Order: sequence, then C-alpha cells, then structure tokens
Amino acid sequence: MLGYILRRLVSVAFTFIVVSLIIFFMMHAIPGGPFDANDMPVSAAVREKLMANLGLDQPLWVQYTRYMWGVLHFDFGVPYQSPGESVTQLLSRAWLPSLVLGGLGVLIGAPLGILLGMAAALNRNTWIDYFASTLATLGLTIPVFVTSMLLILVFAVWLNWLPASGWGKPERWILPIIAYALIPLATYARYTRSAMLDTLNRQFVTVLRAKGLSERRIVFQHVLRNSAIPLVTVFLPMFIGTATGSIFVEAMFRVPGLGAYFVSSIQTRDYPLEMALMLMITFMYCIAYLLSDIVYALINPRIRVGGAE
Amino acid sequence: MTTEAIAIAPTTHRQRSPMWFAWRRFTGNKAAIIAGVVLGILILMAIFAPVITPVSPEAQSFLTEALAFPSAQHWFGVDNLGRDFYTRIVYGSRVSLTIGFTAAVFSVVIGIPLGALAGYFGGKTDWFIMRVIELFSVVPPLLAAMLLGALTRGGYFTIILIAALFGWVNVCLLVRAQIKAFREKEFVRAAQALGASPWYIIRRHLIPNSISPIIVGFVLAIPLAMMLEASLSFLGIGVPPPTATWGQMISEGIDFMFFYWHLAVFPTIALAITVLATTLFGDGLRDALDPTLKGR
Repeated sequence: MLGYILRRLVSVAFTFIVVSLIIFFMMHAIPGGPFDANDMPVSAAVREKLMANLGLDQPLWVQYTRYMWGVLHFDFGVPYQSPGESVTQLLSRAWLPSLVLGGLGVLIGAPLGILLGMAAALNRNTWIDYFASTLATLGLTIPVFVTSMLLILVFAVWLNWLPASGWGKPERWILPIIAYALIPLATYARYTRSAMLDTLNRQFVTVLRAKGLSERRIVFQHVLRNSAIPLVTVFLPMFIGTATGSIFVEAMFRVPGLGAYFVSSIQTRDYPLEMALMLMITFMYCIAYLLSDIVYALINPRIRVGGAE
Repeated sequence: MTTEAIAIAPTTHRQRSPMWFAWRRFTGNKAAIIAGVVLGILILMAIFAPVITPVSPEAQSFLTEALAFPSAQHWFGVDNLGRDFYTRIVYGSRVSLTIGFTAAVFSVVIGIPLGALAGYFGGKTDWFIMRVIELFSVVPPLLAAMLLGALTRGGYFTIILIAALFGWVNVCLLVRAQIKAFREKEFVRAAQALGASPWYIIRRHLIPNSISPIIVGFVLAIPLAMMLEASLSFLGIGVPPPTATWGQMISEGIDFMFFYWHLAVFPTIALAITVLATTLFGDGLRDALDPTLKGR
C-alpha cells in the first residue's frame, strides 16, 4: 500500500512540475508585457528599469527557478496590479467571498442532490425520477452564467424578491449560492441515482429482503453505504470546480471575490498573481486526485495490487 | 446524418443487425428524438440564416429604434446598436454549431489514433499517453483556454483548436477502452498469427469495431466545445465582435438587464436550448449504441 501511495505521489509531483513549466512559459510567451498598457504609457527607460527591478530581464529559466524556489517557501511574489501587498495577502482577502459562496453552494447542493438521487432511484419511472433527471441534465449541461442570468432575471428583475448583485448582506448571497449549488446538486443526483440502481440490483439486496429486513434498513444501512464510493471521489474535484465557476458567478452577481483576478491577471500580464492562481488550482486538483486514488485503493485492493496500471 | 442511414437498415430479415437494435433503442427514447428534431431545426436555421432573416447581422439598420422591445416587426427586439436581435440570434447559431461540430471532428481526429496506440500497444506507449491525459485532467480547460486565447489573440479557429485540445481526451479514453477489450479477441489473435501488421489490424479490425464509442465521443464533444466558446466569448476573449455569438450577447445583455430584458433573455435561452438539445441527443445515441455506458 505504501509503495502504491509513493508511486502515485511521484507521478502527481511530476505532473505538477510539468504543468507549472508549461503554464509559466506559455504565460511569458503571450505577446506584450506588464508595462505595455496603452492607457498609461511609460517611457522605454522607465519600463526597462521596472523590468530589471522585477527580474523580468533575466532569462526565463532563471525567472522560473526563482519563482518556484519562492513558492517552496510560500512566497508567491508581489502582484503588479497592487504592489503594496503580497500575492498571498491579496488572495486571502479575495478568497473569502468565493469560499463562502462556493462552499455553501456545495454544502447545500451535495446533500440535496444525494436525497434527490435516492428518491429518484427508489421511485424509478415515477414523476420524482423524471423531475430528478430533468434537473440533473439541466444542471450539468447549461453553463453556470446562463443559469445565473436566468436566476437574476426571474427573482431579481421580474419578481423583485431578492437583490441581484453585491456582497455584504446575507440576502445578497442567496442567488449566487443557488447558482453554485445547482452543479453539485445535478452531479450528485445523477451519480447517486445510477450508483443506487446498480446496488439495488445486486444479489445481496435480494438476500436481505428475503431475510425480512425492513426496506428502510436495507436502503440506509446497506445500499447507501455500498453506493458511497463514487460519491466520495467526485466531491473534491467538484469543490475545486467552484473556483473556476467563480469567474462567471462573481462576474454575474458582482461579487468581489477571486473570480475577477483570473481574467484580470491574464489580461494585465500580472505574472506572479497569474502563476499563483494557476498553481493553486493545479495543486488542489493534484491533491484531490491523489486522495481519491488513495481512497479507491484502500477500498478496492485490486487497484493497488494491479500496480502501475 | 448517420441516423438516416440507420433508418434504412433491413427490417424484413429475421436476423437483426446491431444497428437495428440501436435504432430501436434510440426511437424508444422520447427526449433524444425531440432533441434530435430541435437540433435539426437549429442546423437548418444556421444554414439558411440569410433566407429567414430580414437584414444582415452586422447592419445597424434600425438606429432610430435602438433598444426597442420585441414587436411584430422585430421578433426579439433591437439591440443597443440598432441591429435586429432576431437576426443576430439566428446568426449566433452558426458560430455555436460550426465551432461545436468542427471541434468535435478535430477531437476525434486526435483522439482515435492516440486511443488506438494506447489501447493496442499498452506498456510504455499507454503509460506515456495516460500521463499526458493526466496533465490535461489537473488543469481546468477554461483557465488553459484563457491563457491560450491570450497567447493567440482569440478568434474563430483558435477556439476550435482549444476546444479540440481538451476534447480529444474523452474520445481517446473511450477508444482506448474499446480497443483494449478487443485486442485479446480471437479474430485479432488470428490476424496477428497470419502476420498482419499492427497498423493493419488497428485500421481494418479495431477501429471499425470502435465505431460506437467514436460516435459517442464525437457527439458528446460538441456541447463541450459550444460551452467553451460561449464561456470565452462571455469573458470577451472568444470570437471577437462584430461577429454575433451568444456568449458575447449574454455578457452585453447583463448591462441592460434591468431595463431591456430582451437583450439578456434571448441569447440565454438560445444557448441553453442548443446545448441541451445536443447533450440529450448525444446521451440518446450513447445509450442506443452502447447500453453498458448508460448513466455514466
């Protein structure tokens, strides 16, 4: 087991380094630099001085090793767009609204999705099942900015029940949280339904029924537990997915969170911030996949014995 | 489309082809049929856009009526620059559909050979291709697309390439799984014993046997590409104006939402319907062609 974890760890670390290299060089390959903006032009001499101060005149591989060396010490550099603070400070400030909205969205959406999926699996081919499938398909196919737009139009513009945008008062959180919650809800409704249907068809369920166990105990004690594996493994990637979802949800609801920095850091060539954001997301995905691989291996011995597959 | 060809499958013989059963399963799926019809209408709309719209999509013919609400003359109203909004919505379907379909074609073109190599040869080749796929799995497509879009300055073909770059992974995995399953079958063994080259076996035996997952991968790649295009256009780094795209129109619509609702509603609904129809059609095809994949 330890050997398997080590192998996965090496593989994930390698993936992370390759991705960081690709992102770094791609970022610098984009034409133009951080001080080429047209609205506030700086003279060539000033620009050269600025570039030299920030170490941008060095060869790329020097810049890369310097940056990554800093990252190892949790130093992500200073963002060009607000030089008064470090990237870490800026991100921890912007992180809160995204985490609150995205986190609440997942925490509300996932259990509701599981309940809906269970209801659908237990009442197959009834209106509950059709309702759950419809909701799941809608949630999984329609882009999040489209659902956000529809939510704003219906609840803020036409019905005038809730404020359309902003941050601060809790009633402003409701619509963005619904927008975030739809994706986990749809994902979990779909996965739970198919996992439960798979398990319900297994022979041991028939045996449990023959044994005279109540349907409630069969479902909650045996079927749900046996269907839980896929549900556990999709949780982390989905949670991280709210970070990229925040680009749209926060733009739609005008929330001062992380989302806007993804776009602005690329557009203004804010290399340290851009790199920090990209590395953060990549790192979280790497950890999420590593964890779900380990969980899978713990549950299913065939994987760890199977080796490099 | 392929479904037409399947329709003529022989029904008089007692022996039914697998395609006949697939067709039966497909027609049993009401949602997929409706989605197929809607998709067909959308495709016709995109092809005959100049015929069914009064003006060209970029013409500012109605400046005096700018921001007018929907009426008998302007079905979806007029936008802020005096362009007929119905026309722009219809032309927007061209962008979505061409990008969706072309990107799916490229995804299949990249995905089949790589999937076939990984599935047939296994070992080091498979390991390498799987590591490449792992790279793609840890970077969110949208972020990478934003970087690539900035790198190449956006535009129509860039988006197709970006969508294909992330679309091939699914096709590759589907083809790889199928070919891995078929590699050990007797007829492949026999072909190997007769001295057929790997290339010949892949081309003659394995790829024709993977046609179902390939179709499935193709159809499922379309909505993903459409969503990527809409997302990038929404962020302003997709297809540049004045080309009419739904993502761009939605992002402009937000600014007018409180007073001129039509600018936000119509592109939103158009995009939702198109993506939904394509996905449901694809899901229906997948369930019909490969019942074992159902619900995945």
